Amino acid sequence: MYYFDPHIHMVSRTTDDYETLAKMGCVGMSEPAFWAGFDRGSVDSFRDYFRQLTDFEPKRAAQYGIQHYTWLCINAKEAENVELSREVIKMIPEFLDKPNVLGIGEIGLNKNTKNESTIFLEHMELAIQYNQQILIHTPHLEDKYQGTRMILDMLTGDSRIDPARVLVDHVEEHTAREVLDRGFWAGMTLYPVTKCTPQRAADIIEMCGAERLLVNSAGDWGPSKPTAVPDLILEMRRRGHSEALIRKVVYDNPIEFFSQSQNFSFQHPE
Amino acid sequence: MSIPLNSEQVLDREYLEIRGKILELAASLDRLERAAGCVNEDNRMNLISQGLQILLQETDQTKAAQIQMLFSRVYDDTWREQFEL
Repeated sequence: MYYFDPHIHMVSRTTDDYETLAKMGCVGMSEPAFWAGFDRGSVDSFRDYFRQLTDFEPKRAAQYGIQHYTWLCINAKEAENVELSREVIKMIPEFLDKPNVLGIGEIGLNKNTKNESTIFLEHMELAIQYNQQILIHTPHLEDKYQGTRMILDMLTGDSRIDPARVLVDHVEEHTAREVLDRGFWAGMTLYPVTKCTPQRAADIIEMCGAERLLVNSAGDWGPSKPTAVPDLILEMRRRGHSEALIRKVVYDNPIEFFSQSQNFSFQHPE
Repeated sequence: MSIPLNSEQVLDREYLEIRGKILELAASLDRLERAAGCVNEDNRMNLISQGLQILLQETDQTKAAQIQMLFSRVYDDTWREQFEL
């Protein structure tokens, strides 16, 4: 089955991983900007990172028939540096016309602080100003519920935000339903320990339904598994779910969501 | 939407996995007891104890969602006023 991984950090992965993903049916992916494992020191460091996301990674993916898209922002961890964050936000429009840019992301909260919230709101303003879709990171572990509620407060508090153009990622059992009930798209991240397993993601699909629900691997530099989406496909097959339902979650839904972006020009494989 | 498998099929499929996870928990708690020192006053032990009790309770909420909420910080809807945002 072909699938689209809507949230995978390929700058952290080897070219061998691209080959493996292609062999497992991955035909498209979107890569949100994120934390590099250390705090970057200047706006030029982000400019180089955005060049990597908009120039180098699409070429690397294309070698294996994978169509690569991306999202731009300064992530929540580095948003504690408000001055640098504002420089990065000011620079982002230089890249918004690149052909693989889908919008602003992954913006969000990490420790649910005032500075993170301030920069989240400024990213929102940027997305509104440039009519961009938004991809959102929700915090992990004990911070997730509080942070997700805060993020939903900020999004729903601005009438200019269209929930149908916003993807709230890393939802779990205690946050998925509220995100979906408020009209947003929701993403489940399959990731050892701190996020969701394929089995629990299948449970959430069964409990919440497949509408506006996506699944991704994150596939970053941590102990993640870039082939986690095929693990979910297998789990759903083992439970007896239809191929149409599985395809909706791993292929149709991401393409429907991304199709709202002016730069999304995905070609279905023949 | 429900799971296509019936409960007997789920049990057949997951019995050994559940058994294994309970055993891992038991061994972790044994390890805590064998280690020098005492963590009975550590709030994390209280959370673990509450979590184990949730597993045996019958309520309308799913057990997974209750466990998630147990290990979550409290949401305060006045946060924007506190942050002056």
